[in-house]
Amino acid sequence: MAQPETGPIAAKPHIKFDPDGKPFIEAHRCRACGAVTADARLACPACASRDGFDAFRVKQTGKLIAYSIVKRSYPGIATPFVSAIAAFDGGLALKANLVGVGFEPEAIAPNIEVRLTFNEALGRTDAEGRAYVGYQFEPQKS
Amino acid sequence: MADVYILGIDMTRFGRYPDRTFAQLGGEAALMALDDCGLGARDVQIMYCGTVFGAYEMTGQAIMREIGQTGIPVTNIVNACASGASAFREAWLAVKSGVYNVALAVGVEKTPRGMLGGGAETGIPLEGLFGSASMPAVFAESGTEHAAKYGTTFAQFAKVSVKNHHHSTMNPKSFYQMETPLEQVMGAEMIAYPNTKLMCSVNVDGAAAAVLVSERKARELGLSRAIRVRASALQSDPWNPSNPMMPDVNTVTRLAAKSAYEQAGIGPEDVSLVELHDCFATAELLHYENLGLCGEGQAGEFIDAGETTLGGKVPVNVSGGLLSKGHPLGATGIANMYEVSLHLRGEAGARQVEGAKIGLTHVVGLGTASAVHVLEKA
Repeated sequence: MAQPETGPIAAKPHIKFDPDGKPFIEAHRCRACGAVTADARLACPACASRDGFDAFRVKQTGKLIAYSIVKRSYPGIATPFVSAIAAFDGGLALKANLVGVGFEPEAIAPNIEVRLTFNEALGRTDAEGRAYVGYQFEPQKS
Repeated sequence: MADVYILGIDMTRFGRYPDRTFAQLGGEAALMALDDCGLGARDVQIMYCGTVFGAYEMTGQAIMREIGQTGIPVTNIVNACASGASAFREAWLAVKSGVYNVALAVGVEKTPRGMLGGGAETGIPLEGLFGSASMPAVFAESGTEHAAKYGTTFAQFAKVSVKNHHHSTMNPKSFYQMETPLEQVMGAEMIAYPNTKLMCSVNVDGAAAAVLVSERKARELGLSRAIRVRASALQSDPWNPSNPMMPDVNTVTRLAAKSAYEQAGIGPEDVSLVELHDCFATAELLHYENLGLCGEGQAGEFIDAGETTLGGKVPVNVSGGLLSKGHPLGATGIANMYEVSLHLRGEAGARQVEGAKIGLTHVVGLGTASAVHVLEKA
């Protein structure tokens, strides 16, 4: 489904919207080897096949691979925040803020299970004042 | 095919040179390298220039305007932090192929201040929304990935900076020359956990250059200070499911190391010293394993045991490394080779690795490239 004509804009191209405007993550799976990429490529980066890709809806449960507690960023960017990479069940790794864990390394267990949730892109708006949709990771409730 | 030799090699001191141009810095290093082997610009048959921030300025040709416009082929190379090593490798290929006898490789940079990284952003800023694209954070993430697998600690990562800053106190061409005890490194401003400010490489300006010659030319000019290039490997990153969200500096380095060891017909146990890509302290430990200096998951214990300090089993970054000597992106690859060459020639002064026979250099250009070279005294 294309971008809704009204309402918030996807802050990343792999954020898509249901007909009712609900966001989800779309990824692409190689028809030859099953490798998963966010964006469709000309050929598969893993096996070089040109058989094409099947788009699919990415599961919102996954596991943390790595993180960094960012205390200093570029000018104008509020800190601290936790930068994290997670691999989602069924394929696709994404990078986003990890929230709900605080900012002490002792409190961030390696390889914790996370859930991808959508957000209002920290309220950031573009030059035309338009709102955006982003996503973040949260620890799964055990 | 006949071997290729480094006959002359040198570098400027790394530092801040706001009043000097890319061409002046690169030209100075080029003349120093030519003086090191008694040749002149007129002897050079082909030239390659590696630079990142000077890549759009035809810096190689501008260097020739400083040192002598002889009309030779000049090519500018950009390959992120592997630009200098990539320029060197092109020069190596030109001589190895038999087409040229004397090639000049120059790496030069004037690095902007502040944190590098990030990219084109549209609509709204993405930094701090989808994590961080800053280099300290990206390499911190590589470190915590290792920590999650093997239990590597903040203190073990911090020891890299203690060691490399210690080494640089013996290197007059290093930007920093200061001891930084562990408490100081761990207590410095936290930039992106686990990288504190003292665990981030220094953005500096500088240049390094090498004169590469054919075996025939080396024998004609004398082999007494010549360095034999035993291997030149350059790889790009293969597919990894975490790409491109998380750049994979490990696999690409392993590919380059494997190729280099095979070309040289040696193993990691034969290497006397290593200059590797410690752009952040977290990265150095990963590369101990990637280059085969220690076993899988053992990098933390390896630094705890002091094996990579001067006097240890395999000294790493005795120049001070990118962390302390400084990291002028395009110059770094050739500067690493300069350091190794000093040791192989027995000219490294207070930081000399005794009896150095074979040295290895390594760089990573994020995006991602890795170059590994193996050098040996002729």
